[in-house]
Amino acid sequence: MMEQLDELYREVILEHFKHSAHSGELPEAQIHAQGFNPLCGDEVTFHLKLGDGRIDRVRFQGKGCAISQAASSMFAAALEGKTTAQARQLIEAMKALMQGTEPDETIDLGDLEALSGVRKFPVRVKCAALSWNVVEQGLESHAKQPAT
Amino acid sequence: MLDVKRIRGDFPILSRKVHGKPLVYLDNAATTQKPRQVIEALSRYYSEYNANIHRGIHTLAEEATAAYEAVREQTARFIHAPSARSIVFTRNATEAINLFANAWGRKFLKPGDQILLSEMEHHSNLVPWQLIAKATGATLAFLKITDEGRLRLEELETLLTPRTKLVAITHMSNVLGTINPIERIVERAHARGAIVVVDAAQSAPHVALDVQRLGCDALAFSAHKMLGPTGVGVLCAREELLEAMDPFLGGGEMISDVQLTSATWNEIPWKFEAGTPNIADVIAFGEALSYLERIGLDQIHAHEQELTAYAWKRLSSVDGMTLYGPEPSAEDRGGVISFNLNGLHPHDVGTVLDAEGVAIRAGHHCAKPLMRRLGVAATARASFYLYNTKDEVDRLIEAIRSAQAFFGKSVGVRPQSEKSRSFKLGV
Repeated sequence: MMEQLDELYREVILEHFKHSAHSGELPEAQIHAQGFNPLCGDEVTFHLKLGDGRIDRVRFQGKGCAISQAASSMFAAALEGKTTAQARQLIEAMKALMQGTEPDETIDLGDLEALSGVRKFPVRVKCAALSWNVVEQGLESHAKQPAT
Repeated sequence: MLDVKRIRGDFPILSRKVHGKPLVYLDNAATTQKPRQVIEALSRYYSEYNANIHRGIHTLAEEATAAYEAVREQTARFIHAPSARSIVFTRNATEAINLFANAWGRKFLKPGDQILLSEMEHHSNLVPWQLIAKATGATLAFLKITDEGRLRLEELETLLTPRTKLVAITHMSNVLGTINPIERIVERAHARGAIVVVDAAQSAPHVALDVQRLGCDALAFSAHKMLGPTGVGVLCAREELLEAMDPFLGGGEMISDVQLTSATWNEIPWKFEAGTPNIADVIAFGEALSYLERIGLDQIHAHEQELTAYAWKRLSSVDGMTLYGPEPSAEDRGGVISFNLNGLHPHDVGTVLDAEGVAIRAGHHCAKPLMRRLGVAATARASFYLYNTKDEVDRLIEAIRSAQAFFGKSVGVRPQSEKSRSFKLGV
């Protein structure tokens, strides 16, 4: 069981939890999306600044466990520089990773790969998934807005 | 003194292992384990006299009806209700509160009326009132809590106004362990003409209840938190209120006569039990009540007080520990201890504890307004029952120390909340 715990809380996850380079506000962002995990009260808000057809900068704020906050940090880092289409592919890849199916190999998960250990703890999958569910909702409602 | 060793022998699940370690079950405020007497009663019902009740004319139906109604009588005796007619079986305490809120509220609440609640309510004694307030135009008011986790009773007089029609309050907090002075609240509310509904989900399993002494007008609890099966709740309400209320759900069993466009209602309590009820689980709940009566609620309460005091003392000695709720020396506290470890989220603590075989609850405990009041997103919670031991408290402490060792003391850099904690507490 201790090996499984080490697998869940890999060093890189604890690093992101302790020192996230992406936590904070981003007033100039066009997309602000907030979500809660109703089961445990974890919460996270993502701020996405778009420019030149890409996600330029990402910051997040949140309260929650090491998994939800580290996942948010790693996910924020991975989103920067991606087009919204690529962001959607990344979201699908993370969902696949959590379901235990093989994610699209052409997608570079970067640090996010460390979250593969979470799927052995079914009750904790929701903690990790909070970040990409929030961003997915944010991207969807932004896409529905009339262009200005 | 309880013979805990013997009691534990009645609970098959307590001999199982979790991740290779003997289970330490400290999540009793969520649900309790079941003794074999309850498990066997379920199986006996289905093997020997399964039948629909109240309408069959055959032997099985008679036996099942008698067993089901006998538990209604037993439940009335258990909480010293004046009659079995005041006992309605529901699915759980939540449904019992929803039943009362709807059936009473829709008939008697008017725009501008006020419902008085408290800051420490479980969502089950909060959201039903939000819904009925919205439907009727009534408003909600709240009794605040002190930093020690007790109700600010001195504010009761100003909060109770001529517009207050109903007070709904928990008997025991599922987060803080605080036991509220229901008798005093009832006395003040009645003096102002308001009725009182008590959420006894946390108290009924642990404290000897006497609804006539409490003086409340309605009271709700769940079987599964007191050794019984899931799927059974109890609403006990004054007969005259039940008579005056319209039904909650319509269907079979709750009627007296039905025409194509109208119907008249069955007598209470059956007026509120539409459709085939949870016969098997109600019957097995009778075994749970018998089990508790045999041991004695006073004995159980004393055992839990001792465990809580021991656990509080040991938890206090852990570095970086914050404990919530009144000190265990206080009379008005039950066997629920919420805690937080500096820098560690309760979920992460819960996962490591589980790896050590220790089951606790981590989260907001369906009391989000109270979490905000405490200035935290979540807490970890250990809650005790008659089968728990001091050795198990020691296992909890060891597991907490391994969680701290696992994450290292340097993890504590991200505060759980931006808001500073006004709640002093802890040691």
